Amino acid sequence: MSDLLSLSLTEALAGLSSRRFSAVELTEAYLAEMTAARPLNAYVLETPDQALAMARESDARIARGELRPLEGAPLGIKDLFCTKGVRSTAASKILSNFVPPYESTVSAQLWRDGAVMLGKLNLDEFAMGSSNETSAFGPVINPWRAEGSNRALSPGGSSGGSAAAVSARLALGATATDTGGSIRQPASLTGTVGVKPTYGRCSRWGVVAFASSLDQAGPIARTVADAALLLRSMSGHDPKDSTSLPVEVPDFTAAVGKSPKGLRIGVPKEYRVEGMPAEIEALWSQGVTWLKDAGCEIVEVSLPHTRYALPAYYIIAPAEASSNLARYDGMRYGLRAPGDSLREVYEASRAEGFGDEVQRRVMIGAYVLSAGYYDAYYLKAQKVRRRIADDFTAAFDKVDALLTPTAPSAAFALGDAKADPVAMYLNDIFTVTVNLAGLPAISVPGGLDRTGLPLGLQLIGRPLDEETLFTLGAAVEKAAAFTARPDRWW
Amino acid sequence: MSDMTPPTIEGATGPWEVVLGLEVHAQVASRAKLFSGAAVGFGGAPNSQVSLVDAAMPGMLPVINRRCVEQAVITGLGLNAKINLWSRFDRKNYFYPDLPQGYQISQYKDPIVGEGVLEVERDDGSLFSVRIERLHLEQDAGKSIHDIDPDHTLVDLNRAGTALMEIVSYPDMRSSEEAAAYVRKLRSILRYLGTCDGDLEKGNLRADVNVSVRRPGEPYGTRCEIKNVNSYRYIQQAIEFEARRQIAILEDGGTIDQETRLFDPSKGETRSMRSKEEAQDYRYFPDPDLLPLELDPDWVEAIRAALPELPDAKRARFVSQYGLTAYDAGVLAADRARADFFETAAAGRDAKLVANWVTNELAAGLTRDGLEIEASPVSAVDIADLVRLIEEGVISSKIAREVFEHMWAGEGAPSAIVEARGLRQVSDVGALEALIEALIAANPGQAAAVRAKPQAVGWFVGQVMRETGGKANPGAVNQILRAKLGVEDPAG
Repeated sequence: MSDLLSLSLTEALAGLSSRRFSAVELTEAYLAEMTAARPLNAYVLETPDQALAMARESDARIARGELRPLEGAPLGIKDLFCTKGVRSTAASKILSNFVPPYESTVSAQLWRDGAVMLGKLNLDEFAMGSSNETSAFGPVINPWRAEGSNRALSPGGSSGGSAAAVSARLALGATATDTGGSIRQPASLTGTVGVKPTYGRCSRWGVVAFASSLDQAGPIARTVADAALLLRSMSGHDPKDSTSLPVEVPDFTAAVGKSPKGLRIGVPKEYRVEGMPAEIEALWSQGVTWLKDAGCEIVEVSLPHTRYALPAYYIIAPAEASSNLARYDGMRYGLRAPGDSLREVYEASRAEGFGDEVQRRVMIGAYVLSAGYYDAYYLKAQKVRRRIADDFTAAFDKVDALLTPTAPSAAFALGDAKADPVAMYLNDIFTVTVNLAGLPAISVPGGLDRTGLPLGLQLIGRPLDEETLFTLGAAVEKAAAFTARPDRWW
Repeated sequence: MSDMTPPTIEGATGPWEVVLGLEVHAQVASRAKLFSGAAVGFGGAPNSQVSLVDAAMPGMLPVINRRCVEQAVITGLGLNAKINLWSRFDRKNYFYPDLPQGYQISQYKDPIVGEGVLEVERDDGSLFSVRIERLHLEQDAGKSIHDIDPDHTLVDLNRAGTALMEIVSYPDMRSSEEAAAYVRKLRSILRYLGTCDGDLEKGNLRADVNVSVRRPGEPYGTRCEIKNVNSYRYIQQAIEFEARRQIAILEDGGTIDQETRLFDPSKGETRSMRSKEEAQDYRYFPDPDLLPLELDPDWVEAIRAALPELPDAKRARFVSQYGLTAYDAGVLAADRARADFFETAAAGRDAKLVANWVTNELAAGLTRDGLEIEASPVSAVDIADLVRLIEEGVISSKIAREVFEHMWAGEGAPSAIVEARGLRQVSDVGALEALIEALIAANPGQAAAVRAKPQAVGWFVGQVMRETGGKANPGAVNQILRAKLGVEDPAG
């Protein structure tokens, strides 16, 4: 493995601007590594020509001294983001031939800032899943393996391709999206940093919708500082997205390395769930100690409606999805199966085009919205959502951020979650509350379990207060001194 | 709600009352669609006015068009309705090829406009009120075209996403005539406000008619909804047919099934489209891509202050300001362009005379040539000029009609026509006296008859007009004749 690949984004940008290596060299190193790592199935499409063209442009700008914030940084793009002229599938058969004539706002901003596109990253189909096994392209293999085992593990999901690529050095950073934990849980399972920003911080325009009121783009990166850099480019008000927040984008990187001294950290007692592995519990306590040592005040808080979050989430998200996915009907683009009547074409196209998990969620969603059930399910779930948001508001009266585990376990074997959808849904237990309340959160690697697999800690912040999360995340990162990397078995 | 005993239809077993409520879909006059920047236009090449949002491409998002919201508020105020400062958009989910998103963005529980009321005039001039239940904004669908290709249905998305106002009335109409009058009144107001072109032919005003019948005094019967009726005549025909159909079923001891029906203009019938059981479950829920619509009360008040004068107020003003009859005032005020034409022409002139010209000669010419008043070959200034010539005695009313025909034919301004064609009225008393004296001398029998019966003077008037080619000033002729023949004016 080339030494170039071991650099963080921050380090690589410094190397590029001081011309220690060129953008083309850096990009070529990544392209070579992507080829070598194809067994991981992290990319669903590699775009080497585009990558090299963008890298050459970056080199030309570097030569002219016209550097943009991410000049020459090779990134992977989750295949939920539409990329102009580049096939964008949402990892679904129904979009297997879809080439958008437009670029998502978030990816466009990364290119605006000089980043280089390496390719499109695998994910759960339409971002529905927590193991990356629902992808029409097959699962992503976690670069991490348990010590002494060759068993293939899941990188988590839905941003499994993004997390695996960053972890295995197949991209310097990646875009991802988080509807119920899809950035943070894979980050936790791959030893990477994942940020789910405040709802409305990043534009949803051009991102294939799963559940509109919960979906939010964010970065997966190697370090907290890298994540801050990427988020700065990805954020910003977009008049094409009515839910995008008209606020200024702070310099998130300035928050990295600031002293967390005096910040009050809440530990929500309801997150101490039954059957939580001792190692997760131990890591959580370790996190508390780290922050206490860094000068934070630790406060136990209560989020009493936490136990209702997962059921509410699995009503609201499928409800919105059932409607969002209605446009995939075989009429204007995407897969169209033959049929003798309009109804048959619809049914055949959607039966053939959507995988099992997507079909399951579309059916659940249609059911909970149907006449006679709407009040009992959807409306009730919305009330729960409001209570959960109120819980957080009350907690943030007392504390500046919350510390929790990111996921209830380390990486699990492929096939384990697929057999039992409910078990898969339980992966989101610590993350969905954040989406329901629209809050920002970050997952930072905290350590390894006894089999050598990474575990993450989650920090949850006030709306639009990502800066505190970057400060605290960097403090945890420093204390944890997490340097482990997956063995290169591929 | 009728101010008088409701009209009834006589069935085989006695009288029936018809109960009608309307849902009118009015296309919002706006250059762009409701949630996309795509242009709105009638007659564009198929699928030439379609944005990525209209085509429901993956990841595309709706953004509300402020102008459409403003138009809805203007309309709500024009309908004397409550403006809801907080409203919300919902998704109405169903599959159809001309509905790219797989849902229509509409307003279900929280419409932008609440209750209002409209005063409507029947053909006989009597008034009745129709209460408005609500007005909400929604997207139109595209168009499915089944008759171009024998094997395929083609879809044109130009209309997809265009803003509609759905204006829902309470069941306050009791006859097909009232229903048509209500739509006419609504159209007149929408056009006044400039919020809908109201062109039924282009489909930018369409009505769904809810019809039920009951014995007078009894509770409402089961209703059927007749979809998409797009002319006054069809509205009336569809109601007449549907009411009789329901009465026949009930009188046979049957019951009405709540259903959606279609009107077939070629047969003049309604037929079943789908029953209540087949009705789709639209799975309405708030659209998570859009924030609730919150209106600034000051903005609404500014719109209210800038509202144009509406037909009812204008008619009242025409009566008080110009002394017009209620009928003429109503005819002129019903259409904003006609009212404006009248007021331009009436400035400084005999307004009643101008009103006569606008409602008679001009209206007849427009009807004959199938023109809107905006395309009239005779301008308001021309009418004013013509009336001035009458007032000043330059031409008589009779000659004026001849001048008007030349004006219609494009021969220029009335005074120019009068000069060019030598139509100036003869008011030269000396010349007229000479002519009259000669006529009396030549017709002693007629002169004697007039002396015996002064009303017979008309014969001499006719002779003078014949001799002068109609240009003699009728007042002067009468005066001279009576003086010469020694008779009093019979009128006093």
